[in-house]
Amino acid sequence: MTKPIVLLLVLFLIVCAICAGWTKNLLVSIVIFMSYSLIMSIIWIFLQAPDLAITEAAVGAGVTSVLFFATLRKINAIGSGDGKEEPHEPDTK
Amino acid sequence: MSRIRNNYENSFRARFLRYIMGEDELPEKNYMSDFRKQIDIEKEEDEKATEHYLVPPLEDPMSDAKRYAEMSGLRWFRRLYSVMAVLLCIAISALLIYNVTFMPRFGASDSPMNNEVTERYLEKAGEETGTVNVVTGLILQYRGFDTFGETHVLFIATIAVMILLKIKKKDKPEEAAGEPVGGDVILRTIARVLVPMIFLFGFYVLVNGHLSPGGGFSGGAVIGAGLILHSAAFGFSATARFFDEKIYDIIKVGSLVLYSMLIIYYLFTGANDIDSVVPLGKLGNIISSGLILPINILVGAEVACTMYAFYSLFRKGGI
Repeated sequence: MTKPIVLLLVLFLIVCAICAGWTKNLLVSIVIFMSYSLIMSIIWIFLQAPDLAITEAAVGAGVTSVLFFATLRKINAIGSGDGKEEPHEPDTK
Repeated sequence: MSRIRNNYENSFRARFLRYIMGEDELPEKNYMSDFRKQIDIEKEEDEKATEHYLVPPLEDPMSDAKRYAEMSGLRWFRRLYSVMAVLLCIAISALLIYNVTFMPRFGASDSPMNNEVTERYLEKAGEETGTVNVVTGLILQYRGFDTFGETHVLFIATIAVMILLKIKKKDKPEEAAGEPVGGDVILRTIARVLVPMIFLFGFYVLVNGHLSPGGGFSGGAVIGAGLILHSAAFGFSATARFFDEKIYDIIKVGSLVLYSMLIIYYLFTGANDIDSVVPLGKLGNIISSGLILPINILVGAEVACTMYAFYSLFRKGGI
């Protein structure tokens, strides 16, 4: 019964891993990486390692992603969050 | 969003290529506007160059032909590099997957992991350490020395990050101007409900470390995540009301010292075959298993402080 669920989750995991590397946008990449960690924590539960699942959910999906977001903001790759969008360069032909 | 797709000049790759070619310095502060200025300057220079194309600039060491040659060499190198990288990745993954086929099936009874060590741990951990969750007993007692070293690694890592990222007090005012006051309404409303629950869950995981899955590191990580959520939603000043630099220093150093003392007591009694004076208590009670409960709480405090310190240092360069 659990085997098809685990297979589906592993499939999601592989798709997430590939997408996180392929996407051009760093913000989207981090969100995909976050979902990768969440899926991984569910797989840990199926592998009967609930302590690892708790740690993975807290560290992998939570703290690491937040640190990545903070870094992106430091290097001005995402907006500063005060409602001001970063100016776009108009298309030049 | 960060940038639009077809804006090639501002993409990371183009900037990286320009950086490699040494055409312009990597801009420091606001590279978007700096870069736009750069384009204008380059355009003007191009126009000037077309006006005086009969007189080639002799002092320019990078002539067009040389630049082109270098560019094509670079291009070939990049192509070769990507092909080789893909080949190497495929080769290593194939090797690893081939090795995995030799491993025993997951949970097989005849796997070499199921030897007398595991058996002994599973049979005796209850009466020797007083833990229902054998993993915690294993980490904090049988292999307590390893965990002792790991905790210190975490502590040293925080110190290293602090040295790298900490901003001096006198430079702070200008930094404080851009300091976020807090998140928007949705984040605040949800955080008001979620943060107490996260703290409660983290504390539950900490205190029940010897009875149910979890323990010092997991519970500490959950509490640290709760602290981060609180400061992201209500601003650093709100978190500083109950968790400022002074309290951080006291908790972090104090818990590490206490933890070290407790572990050294364990090592001393274990190595000299002395019975510990701390009673193990009844198996399955909250107050049981000797020193494992206080050690779990101390490790949790240490980890929670570390997690919050990382976030805080990244965001504003201080606790």
